[in-house]
Amino acid sequence: MALSVRTLDDGAWVSVADERRTGASELWRVTGVCGCPIAEFVVEGVTDVAVDGRTVAAETYGRCITCGRSTTTGPIPVGRVLEGRYEPIDRNAVRRPVGASSTV
Amino acid sequence: MPTDVERWKSETYGNEIREHLLEFAEQGWESIPEDERDAWFERFKWWGLYHQRAGQESYFMMRIGTPNGVLEPGQLHVVADIADEYARGPAENPEFGAAYCDWTTRQSIQLHWIRLEDVPEIFERLEANGLSTQQACGDSWRNVVGCPVAGKDRHEFVDALPVAMDLHETFKGNDDHTNLPRKWKVSVTGCREGCGQGDINDLAFEPAEKDGRRGFNVRVGGGLARNEPRLARDIDVFVEPDAVEAVAGGLSALFREYGDREDRYAARSKFLVDEWGADEVRRVLQAEFVDRELETAGEDLREEYTYNAGRVGSGTDDRPAGGHDDHPADGHGDRPAGGHNDHVGVHEQADGNYYVGVNVLVGRMGVEDVRELADLAAEYGSGEVRLTQRQNVLVTDVPESELDALLAEPLLEDYSPDPNPFMRGSIACTGTEFCSLSIVETKNRQVRYARWLAENVDLPADVSEFHVHLSGCTASCAQPQIADVSLRGMKTRKDGEPVEALDIGLGGGLGADPRFAEWVEQRVPADEVPGAIATLIDRFRERREDGEGFRAFIERTESEGDLETLIEPSETSYEDPYMHNTKTTWYPYADEDGMDASPAPARADGTPLAGDD
Repeated sequence: MALSVRTLDDGAWVSVADERRTGASELWRVTGVCGCPIAEFVVEGVTDVAVDGRTVAAETYGRCITCGRSTTTGPIPVGRVLEGRYEPIDRNAVRRPVGASSTV
Repeated sequence: MPTDVERWKSETYGNEIREHLLEFAEQGWESIPEDERDAWFERFKWWGLYHQRAGQESYFMMRIGTPNGVLEPGQLHVVADIADEYARGPAENPEFGAAYCDWTTRQSIQLHWIRLEDVPEIFERLEANGLSTQQACGDSWRNVVGCPVAGKDRHEFVDALPVAMDLHETFKGNDDHTNLPRKWKVSVTGCREGCGQGDINDLAFEPAEKDGRRGFNVRVGGGLARNEPRLARDIDVFVEPDAVEAVAGGLSALFREYGDREDRYAARSKFLVDEWGADEVRRVLQAEFVDRELETAGEDLREEYTYNAGRVGSGTDDRPAGGHDDHPADGHGDRPAGGHNDHVGVHEQADGNYYVGVNVLVGRMGVEDVRELADLAAEYGSGEVRLTQRQNVLVTDVPESELDALLAEPLLEDYSPDPNPFMRGSIACTGTEFCSLSIVETKNRQVRYARWLAENVDLPADVSEFHVHLSGCTASCAQPQIADVSLRGMKTRKDGEPVEALDIGLGGGLGADPRFAEWVEQRVPADEVPGAIATLIDRFRERREDGEGFRAFIERTESEGDLETLIEPSETSYEDPYMHNTKTTWYPYADEDGMDASPAPARADGTPLAGDD
């Protein structure tokens, strides 16, 4: 069965199957959103979310706390759908935007 | 493609949500089908209920809309009783206790830890006393704001209170305006000081005169959220009070028809005005949404605006015993010589009675204090109180003969009409205690900031007001861009650890020449912010020109390219217990605060529901 994914509360959350799974104020390690090799990216809000294959990815806006760059992002993985269940990406994983050479 | 929210709204929205809400409440939290929860929680907002953040599932924030901030005699007692009985959660706040009320920057009331099962009884008690949560949140007309002493201000240019109340009556529960693309914030100002803060609203009616007739000019498309602050734009329209409803309805309908329903991040009216321009808004309003011929704008009073302006204010006291009057007529009819920056203090009303503006630090009061304030309002005044956009409370209609006795009441030692400037100027949003969007803890932190600054920092003797607004995120509910010192939630690393941090902005304010704060320093660890403000004040004292106010000082320093030299974060004796990531707790002040220790979701009696998450 397909899982419903959506943003909630004006970008505060990514909801998966009507459960708030990830959201604003989280600190992600991400490549490719600023000049830092690995950005420490504070998610200030989620603007969209979609499932691409098995990957649930969210478009966000936020800021790298290493270099200070504020930016909007393309889809960044937040979790995977495995056998119909949602598995969030480990909080400390390095995330690579969907469409980059590979994903986490 | 329409968003999920738009799809849900098209299925069920507005007044009809109520019967579903009451049915769910009757059957209990668990009766909401799991795959419908997102939809129902979105809809519940229209009835003033906002599902609290992760770790607090099944508990709700309840917002009560009090138009123009007016609480009629007896209503504050009702609010206190409801908060006492129903707004108690599984943990206490160390500053404010187990139950409290929040006065918001839109002159509304927020209660927390509300259980769905209690909603029918709360609605019944509110509505039996003329109060409501209807449209307090959601995509609709929000609480109409204005000068909190509308109808009582002795320098008022036009009485805005009946206008604000008429808009409230007309557009609350109005099916034609139930489902807008996004929230719709309306301000009506009739005073000379700009206390309605129309500039930061979607729709603003501001005092003006045309051909000897008093009424309002109209502005559209203001707002502060999401790093996209806008001042409302002048659409060159004048309306007399009896025409306000038609023009307001026309503009609301224009927003309903032309606002963006496909992208909620571009849906606020400010983006429509950006795209169209003010002239086009006026043209379409005239062509499609109003029958009467629109008049061009009248002469406004914006040059006189002083409220929340960051300019030198007029002090706190114009009671007779003070031996002076801070608002003398200056030879221009009833124009005040010096307007106020807030409503704290003792001020004479038009009818010869007085209102006493008491300072409520960060807008939160424990329920026992709320009840006592309601008692004092009934004993010394008419029983009415009013809420301000600076999160303070006014006790109105106090006869001169009762002033000294009221001012001697012990409660006013804690909620002072003559507070230290740092206590007086503090505003804070809800923060990570309950809010899903916030990045940092806010209210308790700002309480600690204000106390530390009051004890350790002296402003120049001629500076009696200094505004510090702390907002947990870019939603800007604490209106950070219009403060002397603007604080906005962020994170940083300190000693290798991620900690809560704040961006610091300077020199914002409304008034005659509104401007948003300039963000000067980013990602300052939260425990170094008081040190940064202390240094800032030192440099202000050292470098200011004679009599120069803070905002003028900032503007001059900016023009000289030296703004960055004013901020120097440093550790001080200030201690911050909330440096860790408070958002990853179920409640930041609980003894065991980890998500695993969360007692939510819970049944109506507070016992946790196992296995829900």
